[in-house]
Amino acid sequence: MWWEGCPSTARAHELLREALAGEGLDPDGVELVQIETEGDAQRERFVGSPTIRIGHVEVAPVTDEPVGLSCRVYRLRDGSVSPTPDPADIREAIREAIS
Amino acid sequence: MNIRDPAPPFELPATDGTSHGLDESPTAIVFTCNHCPYALAWHDRLLAVARDYDGRARVLLINPNDSERYPRDSAEAMRERVEADGGWPAPYLRDESQDVAHKFGAKTTPDVFVVDGEGRLAYRGAPDSDYEDPSQDAAWLRGALDAVLAGRSPDPAKTDPVGCSVKWRE
Repeated sequence: MWWEGCPSTARAHELLREALAGEGLDPDGVELVQIETEGDAQRERFVGSPTIRIGHVEVAPVTDEPVGLSCRVYRLRDGSVSPTPDPADIREAIREAIS
Repeated sequence: MNIRDPAPPFELPATDGTSHGLDESPTAIVFTCNHCPYALAWHDRLLAVARDYDGRARVLLINPNDSERYPRDSAEAMRERVEADGGWPAPYLRDESQDVAHKFGAKTTPDVFVVDGEGRLAYRGAPDSDYEDPSQDAAWLRGALDAVLAGRSPDPAKTDPVGCSVKWRE
């Protein structure tokens, strides 16, 4: 799910496609959902762009982030801050979803 | 604003209650905020610039985001963040009316503007070429400050700002 106020959508899509391909899955099997309004955000429990769900499970656990139109802050495995999830977290979520 | 245009004068309150604006010093004005991942990723590099250029140039960090829709960018949240860090080497200013951000034409957080000692815009854009690579060390910003301190024009003088959109009031 993405919101146009964040420039990270293309990078997140690329990371997800790479992870899917790496697990032998179809990289085209990604549904892109645009979040346009606060109402959309509330309905989808959207805590920021990009939000990646695999089988309705968040790639990165939601902690205290408020629902709304914003850019999501991810913490990478090395502790640094990023606008996109750690690729290892995406791969792990995919493996859990297909196991 | 275009390169070489006079920068608009302003005076804004900082988290410690002091007030800051442009003076005769070369100044880096950085529109930033509390919750944007790009602003957070570049934050330590920007503070390092403030430390390294102390006494030669100033860094002013300005948060222009609408705090009604984004309470994490309120003046109180800004103050708490600075205090939690034990203070910053650059003042963190609140642009509550968003007038300063409008006058500069800020688009993102972060969005960097370097003003020379004559009050003219010398650089506008991103701190460096890669928010993911700390070794970039705000190279474009540092290059711009070095240039204006030496009386030269920065090269590049303009790059594309990268970050979250400024959260304007509706």
